[in-house]
Amino acid sequence: MVTLKVNGTTHELDVEPDTPLLYVLRNNLGLNAAKFGCGLGQCGACTVVVDGKAVLSCVVPVMLIANRAVTTVEGLGTMQNPGPMQRAFIEEQSAQCGYCIAGMMMRAQALLQARPDADDAEIRAHMEPNLCRCGTHMRILKAVRRAADLMRAEVKQSALESKS
Amino acid sequence: MTQHLPTRRRVLAGTGALLVCFSLTRAGLAQLGEVQGAKEAAGPKLPGALGEKPMLDAWIRIDANGAATVFTGKAELGQGIKTALLQVAADELALLPQQITLVTADTARTANEGYTSGSLSMQNSATAIRHAAAQARQLLIAEAARRLSLSEGELRTDAGEVLAPDGRRLSYGELVSDTLLHVSAKAVSALRPAAERRYIGHAFQRVDIPAKVTGGEAYIQDRKLPGMLHARVVRPPQPGASLDDVDAATVEHMPGVEKVVRDGDFLAVVANSEWQAIKAMRALSAKVRWIAPQSLPSPNDLTRVLEASVAQTGVVADIGTGSPAGRVLEATYTRPYQMHGSIGPSCAVAVAEPEMLTIWSHTQGVFPDRTAIAEMLDLPIEKVRCIHVEGSGCYGHNGADDAAADAAVIARAMPRVPIRVQWTREQEHVSEPYGPAMQGKVRATLTDDGRIGSWEYAVWSNTHSTRPGPAGALLAARQLAKAAREPEPKQEINPSGNGDRNAVPLYDIPRKHVLWHFIKDMPLRVSALRGLGAYLNVFALESFMDELAQAAGVDPVQFRLRHLSDPRAREVVTLAAEQFGWANDLPSGRGKGFAFARYKNLAAYCALAAEVEIEPATGYARVTRAVAAVDSGEIVNLDGIRNQIEGGIIQSLSWTMYESVDFDRGGIRSTDWSSYPILRFGAVPDTVEVHVVARPSQPFLGTGEASQGPTAAAIGNAIASVTGHRLRDLPFTRDKIRAAYET
Repeated sequence: MVTLKVNGTTHELDVEPDTPLLYVLRNNLGLNAAKFGCGLGQCGACTVVVDGKAVLSCVVPVMLIANRAVTTVEGLGTMQNPGPMQRAFIEEQSAQCGYCIAGMMMRAQALLQARPDADDAEIRAHMEPNLCRCGTHMRILKAVRRAADLMRAEVKQSALESKS
Repeated sequence: MTQHLPTRRRVLAGTGALLVCFSLTRAGLAQLGEVQGAKEAAGPKLPGALGEKPMLDAWIRIDANGAATVFTGKAELGQGIKTALLQVAADELALLPQQITLVTADTARTANEGYTSGSLSMQNSATAIRHAAAQARQLLIAEAARRLSLSEGELRTDAGEVLAPDGRRLSYGELVSDTLLHVSAKAVSALRPAAERRYIGHAFQRVDIPAKVTGGEAYIQDRKLPGMLHARVVRPPQPGASLDDVDAATVEHMPGVEKVVRDGDFLAVVANSEWQAIKAMRALSAKVRWIAPQSLPSPNDLTRVLEASVAQTGVVADIGTGSPAGRVLEATYTRPYQMHGSIGPSCAVAVAEPEMLTIWSHTQGVFPDRTAIAEMLDLPIEKVRCIHVEGSGCYGHNGADDAAADAAVIARAMPRVPIRVQWTREQEHVSEPYGPAMQGKVRATLTDDGRIGSWEYAVWSNTHSTRPGPAGALLAARQLAKAAREPEPKQEINPSGNGDRNAVPLYDIPRKHVLWHFIKDMPLRVSALRGLGAYLNVFALESFMDELAQAAGVDPVQFRLRHLSDPRAREVVTLAAEQFGWANDLPSGRGKGFAFARYKNLAAYCALAAEVEIEPATGYARVTRAVAAVDSGEIVNLDGIRNQIEGGIIQSLSWTMYESVDFDRGGIRSTDWSSYPILRFGAVPDTVEVHVVARPSQPFLGTGEASQGPTAAAIGNAIASVTGHRLRDLPFTRDKIRAAYET
């Protein structure tokens, strides 16, 4: 049995311990967002956040993740109530096929959580591991910048609310 | 080739009160996209795909509750077509988008619109749906007028109701009957005036994005059926290898393994979990012996191989006469094999029930795939159903059809069990059909007054379509014990073009002579990659335009305008130049390049200016800025057009700067993203601008592939402007650019 904490919920799972995290998320937990792209850690389609860091879930055995906090796109919000990163991608219409986008969002999420004021050069450098084939790069960069704005606005808002 | 047509009436019987459909008597083959041009239908010319299916019978259904279903034979490939079709249907039916369900390519439900390819979905399907919807709305109004004893002109429609001036209203659901719309399409429709439209030409967000950014089931890869098992195929390391021997016993006993499927040279493993299937696939790969396949040509001899392999030569254009006096210039341009490289490798789900084999696939052509799979498995066509489900981005004929065939073969071996096949990254890289290597030679005369007097061009190319239809197009079908033969490629020359796509310059030149040297041998598997031959042909043509402009001592944009009389072409050229600031000087180390093409000489116009920055010492080059101007006819979704052009520029930038399939005599060596590098964020331009010319009430012009060729040429021209040396062999690698400085 492996204990896995995903999007705030703890799961006890009967899976082979060498199973890459990606397949456990997709098949055992029914979380579709993280995608299989290469299985080699080369494209980033499977990116999730583990303890605040962007991790390539296609090459990390689930046993190494036990008891650590995993966040996937499903943990950022829902279709009815999307989080700032999701809103930013919708508002910028930052997808063509969209297959790489969940991985893009999670890599960007890891950056903005650690560095809310990351500038464009930092964003580009940070996004380097993730591949997009439709050529949506310009929009992805725009969406990440917008997500940063939305997140900062949220922080400000909640600071105001806690004061009042 | 025969085309089997669905029995639509039977399929749809009992599913709704009203069918407004266009019958399928005219074979759907007409839209074989890149291979065949449009077929002329008999009788009056009907708009879009209605031309091939001239009887009312297939696109729109309205049920007794007033809910509408719109059927398209086209598929969502990530290009946003679902959204644009919904906008068109909502406006012409006077419905809210949420009142419409859009059903895409499904052999049991939709019209056979062939392949979703060639940038034809707006021109054909959207045009058909638009007119079908407009005519349906008129019939509903006529029925309401009859019931209310009013004239049609007094009635208006809104959100699924016909409204009378006295306040009476009838919903579409009340008005429909089995026969109301059961009539032939007319050549002319009363389209709604622009002032009444709320969606066509108005900002409208993509309908598929919310699910894609929240983890919804959005792709074939996400599909899960009860009792579904996971399969992996084991393919030979080289194309054409045959299976000598396999020791399957140990693999069959691995945990979770349900079956090893072998049929001739086809080998696959089925397991309970995906990870078990992967481990079993790896184990099985180690237990199989393949017989040495055919050897590939040496990649270093490609030009010689191409020139030595010409099977026949076709005349693409022979326009004008005479041989004007002047300076003769000539040049040769080449491109390598390049891959689609979708980020998600191909995937399919299939289940073989006694009455029906159902396959869910991200194929571009559910109908041709059904034909091919039925032939492969020796099944009657009505026992196979193929349903499109979105996959990862599709830029042409990738592994989708083959994965569908794999799933079908495995599903047949395990009746009633849903089977999911997922290709590996290596399988996709090695097995998908590539965009073929090509060569183009151009020779032109520059007259004393600085004009082009004559233009001769020859292109060496394979076919750019080896798509299914015939079973032998499918990898699995070639491997089965009862194997299908790979169909022999044929040269076909038509206005849309194939290897010769965009081989004829649109410019005003008194004498144009264009040949296609057709290469039949396909040592590397090839087929349609976004733009087909247009990528190399436009690169060659538009690079050479710059070479001629330079020889004439004329600015490249002015030189193009001097040879362009088509006002729409002139407008995009002028607009791109203005928006880019073509007249401005750039700092040292930076250069600018221009290019223009009208895709297929029939579809969208695209002019493009690019700026590059080069480090001479390392040859490192980056496109820093691109500005495009596009004319796609009437705009349905402005942001959709921008997204397609922007994506095309970035993708073509990647092809142009980095991409070349690596192989040697022993096989394909581009097996993953490290051995086939593509663009990463570090080299993405600072800005990409797309300016779209508004053309209200003009026909839709396909946009999806329009920027591929111009991007390559604009970058090449920009590099030449910095280095003073022209690169004619794609891609523009760092080594080639550094070498350019040294010569």
